[in-house]
Amino acid sequence: MAADPTANAPAGAASVGASAAGDAGRQAAAQLVADLPPAPAVWCSGLRKRYGKRQAVEEVSLQVGRGEVVGLLGPNGAGKTTVIKMLLGLVTPDAGEAMLFGSPSADPASRTKVGYLPELFRYQPWLSAAEVLALHVRLSGVSVPAAEQREVLALVGLAERAGDRVGGFSKGMQQRLGLAVALVARPEFVVLDEPTSALDPLGRADVRDIVLSLRERGVAVLLNSHLIGEVERVCDRVVILDRGRVATSGTLAELLGQRELRLELTGVTPAAQARLAATGLVEREGDWFTVALPADDAEDAVPDLVGDLVAAGVRVHAVEPVRISLEERLLGILRDAADAREGERA
Amino acid sequence: MSTARTVLTIAGLTLREASRRKVLRALAGLTVVLLVLSAWGFSRLSAESEFGTLTSGEARLVASQLLNLVMFGLSLIAALGTAFLAGPTLSGEIESGISLSLLARPVRRWAVLAGKWLGLAAFGSGFVVLAGLAQCLVVQLTVGYWPPQPVVALALLAAQTVVLLTLGLLLSTVISPMASGVVAVGLFGATWIAGVVGGIGEALGNDGVARVGAISRVLLPTDGLWRGAMHAFQDPAALLQFGQEMAGFPFLSEAPLTAAYLGWAAFWVLMIWGLAAVSFRRKDL
Repeated sequence: MAADPTANAPAGAASVGASAAGDAGRQAAAQLVADLPPAPAVWCSGLRKRYGKRQAVEEVSLQVGRGEVVGLLGPNGAGKTTVIKMLLGLVTPDAGEAMLFGSPSADPASRTKVGYLPELFRYQPWLSAAEVLALHVRLSGVSVPAAEQREVLALVGLAERAGDRVGGFSKGMQQRLGLAVALVARPEFVVLDEPTSALDPLGRADVRDIVLSLRERGVAVLLNSHLIGEVERVCDRVVILDRGRVATSGTLAELLGQRELRLELTGVTPAAQARLAATGLVEREGDWFTVALPADDAEDAVPDLVGDLVAAGVRVHAVEPVRISLEERLLGILRDAADAREGERA
Repeated sequence: MSTARTVLTIAGLTLREASRRKVLRALAGLTVVLLVLSAWGFSRLSAESEFGTLTSGEARLVASQLLNLVMFGLSLIAALGTAFLAGPTLSGEIESGISLSLLARPVRRWAVLAGKWLGLAAFGSGFVVLAGLAQCLVVQLTVGYWPPQPVVALALLAAQTVVLLTLGLLLSTVISPMASGVVAVGLFGATWIAGVVGGIGEALGNDGVARVGAISRVLLPTDGLWRGAMHAFQDPAALLQFGQEMAGFPFLSEAPLTAAYLGWAAFWVLMIWGLAAVSFRRKDL
C-alpha cells in the first residue's frame, strides 16, 4: 500500500511545503496507475443468470487478457452464449459483475473496442453488405474509411457482393458478413459465438486464419466453438463450461498434461538408455520406448534427443508424438462431472 | 454527442427500412385507390348539387362529412401502416437476432428506441400530411370546399399517428411482432367505437353512455385527436345550421380540442415512451 505522503506532515507545516508534498503524492499515484498492467479485455466474476426455473449460469468467472485467444467450450445448454451475452451487456446478470477493458459492461462506452459475431447472426435484409458495415461503423463511433471497410469485406470473401442486398444472402454468406461486422470497427477484443456453424470447410479455414491473424495483431479473441480441433489450433487458453459452471480452465499445456514421445529403436546401448532416462520417465515394450517429455523446453527436446540417440549409434525406426487431444480431455471432464452427479444422486 | 448520433443514425435507418420495404408501396397503393374513389364520389356530389337537389349549405355539410369520412379512411391506413411497422421493428429485430449485433455496439438502448420512434414518427406524419393534403386538394377541385383549418387538422392527424405508433413500440417491447401490431390496431378501433358510442350517449342525453367515450379518449388519445382533426376539417357554418339534426353522427365533431386535452395527449406519449424505454432497457436479448 502506498501511504499518503502528506499524512505525516506536521499540522502546522507551511502551506508551500504541503502543496509540494501533495504534488509529489499525485505524481506518485499517477505513476502507480500508469504502471498497473492494462485491464484485461474482459473480466467477469460470479456471473449468475436464471431463466424461469432453469439456472442457466451459476458462478462463472473468467478473464481474457489483452491479445489472448481463449476458447469457450462445453456441451449444448452449458450457458456459453448466455455468458457471452452477459459479458457484452446484452443480458443483465442476476448477480456478479462483468468488465470490458476495465469499465463495467453495462456502460455502452465499454463496448467501443469490441466486435461481436452472435450465434444468431442476422443483418438488415433491406440493406446491402456495404451498408451494413457502414451502419456498424457509424454506431461504433470510430471513423473507418470506406476503402478499409471494403478490405474487411474482401477479407471474409464478400468483396464481390458488397452492393447486394443481405436479404438475398445464403446463411454462410450472412455469417461471413457477421464476421466482417465484428472486425470492421478496429476492435481490440472480438467475440465469436459459433463463427463457423454455417460455413463450409473452406470457410472454416478462413475463420481459423482470421483468428490467427487477429492474435498476431494483438487482438484478444473469445471463441465459442463446437469444433474442438479449431479451438485447439488457435487458442492460448480454454475455458470449459458445464451446466452453467466453469468445469475447468487453463492453457492447453495445462489441460492436456505432459506430452510423450514414442520411439521405435534398435541397437540401444546403455549410454543411449541413460540419455533416454535423462529426458524423462521411460517405459519399454520390446523395441518401443515411451518417454515423457519435459513441459518447459518442449521445442528442442525432441530433435536433441533424436540427434543424441543417432550419435550414440542407435537406429531410429520411428518417432511419434503422443498427445491426448482436447476432444478426449473435454469428453473426459464432462463424463467425470456426469459420473460425480450420478454418484451424488445415488 | 454520440447519443445524438445514435438517435439520428437509427432514425435514418428506420426511414430507409420503411422506404425499402413493401409497406411503403402498399400504403401508396391504398392511398391512391382511396383518393381516386373519393374524387369520383365528390364529383358525383357536385353533379347532384348542380341538379338542384341540394342547397349550397347542404352540399357543404355533406362535403364536410364526406371529407371526414375519407380522412378517417386515411388515418386508418396510417394507423395500420405505422402499427405494423412499429411492431416488427423492435420485437421482430430482437426475435431475428438483428438487435444482437446492433446493441452490442456502444449505444444506449433508449437512444436506439428514440431513433426508431423518431424515424417512425417522421414516416407516419409525413404520410398523413401528404395524403391528407392531396385529399383536401381533391375536394377543392371537385366540390370547391376547402377546410377552415387544414394545418391544425393535418397536425392533429399526424399526432394521432404518433400516439398509435408509440403504443405499438411499447407493445413490441413486451409481446411478439405480429401481436403488437394487431393489439395496437385493435385498441385504436375499440377507442373509435367507444367514441361513437359516447357521441350517441351525448345525443340521447345519457350521461353513462356518454362517459364511455370520454373515458376511452383519456385512456388512448387517438379518438380524441381524431375528433379534433374532424372539427378542423368541417365547415363551422354548416354545422351550426344543421347541427341539431346531426347530433351523434360519427363523422362530425361538435367541439374543438381543449389545450388541456392536447397537453394530456403529449404527456400520454411521453409516459408510454418512457415505459417502452424502461421495458426495452430491461429486456434480455
